[in-house]
Amino acid sequence: MRETTPREDLIRGIWKENPVLVQLLGLCPALAVTNTVPNAIAMGLATFFVLTGSSLLVSLLKNWIPSEVRISAYILIIATFVTIADLVLAAVVPLIHKELGAFIALIVVNCMILGRQEAFASKRPVGRALLDAVGTGTGFMIAMLMMGTFREVLGSGSIMGYSLFGEHFEPWIVMILPPGGFLTLGFILLAFGWWKERHSEAIRVRQWPHGVASGEEVA
Amino acid sequence: MKELPAAAAGNGPGEPASHQVASARLITTLAFAGALAGLVIVLVFGWAEPRIQAHRAAALRAAVNDVLSDPASYRSVYVTESGLSDAPPAGADTVNAEKVFLGFDAAGAPVGYAITGAEPGYQDLIQLIFGYDPSEGRLLGMKVLESKETPGLGDKIYKDMDFVTGFEGVETPIVGMKQGAATGAANEVDMITGATISSRTVIGIINHRVEALGSDLGEHAATAPRAPASPDPAIVDQAVQEGVEGP
Repeated sequence: MRETTPREDLIRGIWKENPVLVQLLGLCPALAVTNTVPNAIAMGLATFFVLTGSSLLVSLLKNWIPSEVRISAYILIIATFVTIADLVLAAVVPLIHKELGAFIALIVVNCMILGRQEAFASKRPVGRALLDAVGTGTGFMIAMLMMGTFREVLGSGSIMGYSLFGEHFEPWIVMILPPGGFLTLGFILLAFGWWKERHSEAIRVRQWPHGVASGEEVA
Repeated sequence: MKELPAAAAGNGPGEPASHQVASARLITTLAFAGALAGLVIVLVFGWAEPRIQAHRAAALRAAVNDVLSDPASYRSVYVTESGLSDAPPAGADTVNAEKVFLGFDAAGAPVGYAITGAEPGYQDLIQLIFGYDPSEGRLLGMKVLESKETPGLGDKIYKDMDFVTGFEGVETPIVGMKQGAATGAANEVDMITGATISSRTVIGIINHRVEALGSDLGEHAATAPRAPASPDPAIVDQAVQEGVEGP
């Protein structure tokens, strides 16, 4: 495995290997609770907290956890952080806690979090594991915000609860229902894929301004 | 993920696959981790629980104020097998006992009872609270406490103010009427177009609760309960807080 720099560890999860938009992990909350921006932010923050806390602990304890029981140990650590997040949200922002409902408890089975423990935090020093968790958590948050904004603007005609278009706007209700989650994710992935294709094309043309075109003609 | 192949090969962190660890150590590790996790959760729970209870009590207080149109004071009345009782049944848990809330006006006269109820709607349980005046058999108001009804359709049972305020002053048993079909009778409520099941559930909850408690409420009201001699807001608050877990 190629050694990575600290900067790479941090940046990677935010955009190039964004958990939702590129790795397609953590889709359950991304589809289910992005119907409004506040819900998306609360879920993003809760997941960020659980991911960072778990990565820190897993990386700290990696030498004490026998590999035979590592998955159970990771799940135990993750579940503890999720329970803490659940209780704190219920105590501090009861309305949002009510909206998110069972999806807070379901952070336990978010494979993005377990994936980062198994693939990264359990093998790297604490600092790197933290950087990776912060990057991945931020990437998740960005994806949640993109979906939440898109869905709330079209589905309720508002953003953070503030009306955008006045009373003559007819809300596109399907966007805040489950099908809207799939539609939104589809459109965002399409846009992301299109952007990536153009981006890599641009790099190719810049590197081989003449060779590429003729090579393609031959193929 | 670049790291995935190494993980898929089954190697634990820093340990070769062939290395065997004694079962005792595996069990000890997990037991210790479990105990530690339990301890942390208990500590956080101890911090969060009073706050969660306070939020619930505040929400219920606001709801009681809403459906009884801001009474001067109110207190819990316990629902027992032999009728309504001002004192909690012996040995009962005051938090979880079934109860209704009796509101009083500034002169100390009862204005009505706030009654909670819950039944399955279109998506999930709909929980609501309504104010009821047993002497006239009329509703004073209705408020949905909890519902997961379809956004844009079923959620009109608490977002459509015409529907919500339509319950004020209605006689029981309530009859739900399709839009435009109302005949002007005193027990009619306009249902929501496109949310028939949700509207019907709301009406059903109120009718069933009034049916179940109706005679008890009448008897209790007939004993002419008065407001506490010196309505101490703290005591009233306490009574409501104890009632937060009521059905």
